Amino acid sequence: MAAMAPGGASSSEIYKGNASRLLLPTWVVIGVFLLVPVALMATYSFLTKEFRGGVIWEFSLAAYDQFFLDRGLFGDEPPRIEWTFITIFWRSIWQAGLATLLCLLIGFPTAWFIATREARMRTVWLLIVTVPYWVNLLIRTVSMKFLIRDEGPLNAMLLWSGLIDQPLGLINTNLAVQLGLFYSYLPFMVLPIYAAVERYDFALSEAAADLYAGRWTTLRLVILPVVKPGLIAGCILVFVPSLGAFLAPDLLGGAKSFMIGSLIEEQFKGAAGNWPFGAAAAMILMSIVMVVLLVYARSQTREAKA
Amino acid sequence: MKTILATSLIALAAATAAQAEGELKLYNWFEYMPQELLDKFTEETGITVTMDTYDSNEALLASLKAGRLGSYDLTVPGDYMVKILGDEGMLDTFTPEEVPNLSNIEDQWMDVPFDEGRKSSVPYQWGSTSFAVNREVFDGDIQTTGIIFEPPEELKGKINVLDTAGETLTLASMHLGIPQCSSDREQLKALNALVMEAKADWASFGSDVAKDVLVSGDASAGMIWSGFAAKARGEGAPIEYAFPKEGVIVWMDNLALLKDAPNRDSALAFMNFMLEPENAAALTNYAQYSAGVTGVAEFLDPEVANSPESNPPEGTDTVFVEACPEEVQVLYDAIWTNLKK
Repeated sequence: MAAMAPGGASSSEIYKGNASRLLLPTWVVIGVFLLVPVALMATYSFLTKEFRGGVIWEFSLAAYDQFFLDRGLFGDEPPRIEWTFITIFWRSIWQAGLATLLCLLIGFPTAWFIATREARMRTVWLLIVTVPYWVNLLIRTVSMKFLIRDEGPLNAMLLWSGLIDQPLGLINTNLAVQLGLFYSYLPFMVLPIYAAVERYDFALSEAAADLYAGRWTTLRLVILPVVKPGLIAGCILVFVPSLGAFLAPDLLGGAKSFMIGSLIEEQFKGAAGNWPFGAAAAMILMSIVMVVLLVYARSQTREAKA
Repeated sequence: MKTILATSLIALAAATAAQAEGELKLYNWFEYMPQELLDKFTEETGITVTMDTYDSNEALLASLKAGRLGSYDLTVPGDYMVKILGDEGMLDTFTPEEVPNLSNIEDQWMDVPFDEGRKSSVPYQWGSTSFAVNREVFDGDIQTTGIIFEPPEELKGKINVLDTAGETLTLASMHLGIPQCSSDREQLKALNALVMEAKADWASFGSDVAKDVLVSGDASAGMIWSGFAAKARGEGAPIEYAFPKEGVIVWMDNLALLKDAPNRDSALAFMNFMLEPENAAALTNYAQYSAGVTGVAEFLDPEVANSPESNPPEGTDTVFVEACPEEVQVLYDAIWTNLKK
């Protein structure tokens, strides 16, 4: 809408007739690979479970009941709030949030550093950031495991240098999972922030300084508002995949506690074989992500209007 | 020009036809089939084999239920899963005439409760599940399931357990001396309490890494399958596989003929091939379990034939994992979820 010039035929007018046809492939892809699977999942979450996987085509709220209400191991106690799955979800959200914060703290200065180099060096630095990601995620996570295990090079080095006198015991801890998530998704934070900072006009900083703004004030009132879209995009790109991550929790965390991803996997691949419950958990996860994105979208439009 | 085109078209058609006739789609566990054996089969019969893999009986069932039935000819379910697949109507049957080597099956594996009279499946490998202990870390008595569920000081925080509810909860039940598929409240509460308390002493849950953690030293004791333990020992881990006084879990994986198999004849040929003592022995030499086929002894590597993992001491108690009925299974699922919450 905003692209239309007031009065007279704008160039967008000319393309308008073609727009629906040009968008057709996109709609087919979104329809077939996004809407249909989500609709299927939503449907399954309201069906009756078949023993050992599969569904019976009868409406049921059992999956959601199981998620939110605790009726005791034998199912004959008065219903209370079920904390099991809320705990699992909270653990995943907390870990994803922490990983996002870590990535932000390291990613922002990194992106700033790269964007302020001369043009030729920027390409080199960006290459250095992205090269490790040409290797498969699984391989990188396993390598991380080799690095931090008790008999691994990290501990060997620290022991040799005399900084510690026994191994750190990092493997199979939440800290190891954090390291894994942070390392896996850092470039997703660096690249969007870099793109935002690169467009930043440094004359604005000079102007702020001329007007007696300190460094902190310049950052808060001048730089941040300009690079904010990059920061938010980076946070979403790190938070959302971290939420469903299962490689790092499994390989580095020892799979001792369910994460959202492994809980859902267990319903389809494990002994439980409870497809409606797996679908319901996935729907609840998706709703959480949708709410986060909607809140973001609304704050954006409000800002645009202001 | 025309003739060349016509000839190549005919050649192409013939090639496609031959390929369609000579295919086999195998759905197997990971790390469970030596490529040389598949090559040998292709050499003898002209049938090309494609193999996909899975990592648990339940994953196999889920995949078949999600619509893969009809795309595979053969699969390798464990004992209780043969029964489940059979009950779900996912297996085809064959007659003894169609698999002449059926007579090579050892007597004890012929009339098995999960496939009486061997109508849908033939033995693939059998072995046991218990645990192995690093003898450099702990040199006391390891012939008790207490090593895993009430571990000695040296092993605390250094234990890996299999990430499958079936085997881990069954071994825990054996530790308590309660039956499988129990619906007795007190027994289930005791089971729940036992694993919850033991978890504090466990380092990790993992099935496909069960061997690696023992070799690398990340774990000093771990639940493991017998052949996997033998391989870990072969890779230099100073471990001993235990046959605890409470008993070990015994299992048999079977080559099972799937319903709607696209290449039923190829499948039968492969079953027959795998029942040849020489081929069954080649598989055993690779997987390091036991064959369930007569006449393999002369083809076995001595270290495989005599491995301590495959030769339990006289009088070892053995238990098969049972498939529980639905109303009981949900209780065990709840205990497992509670354990990992």
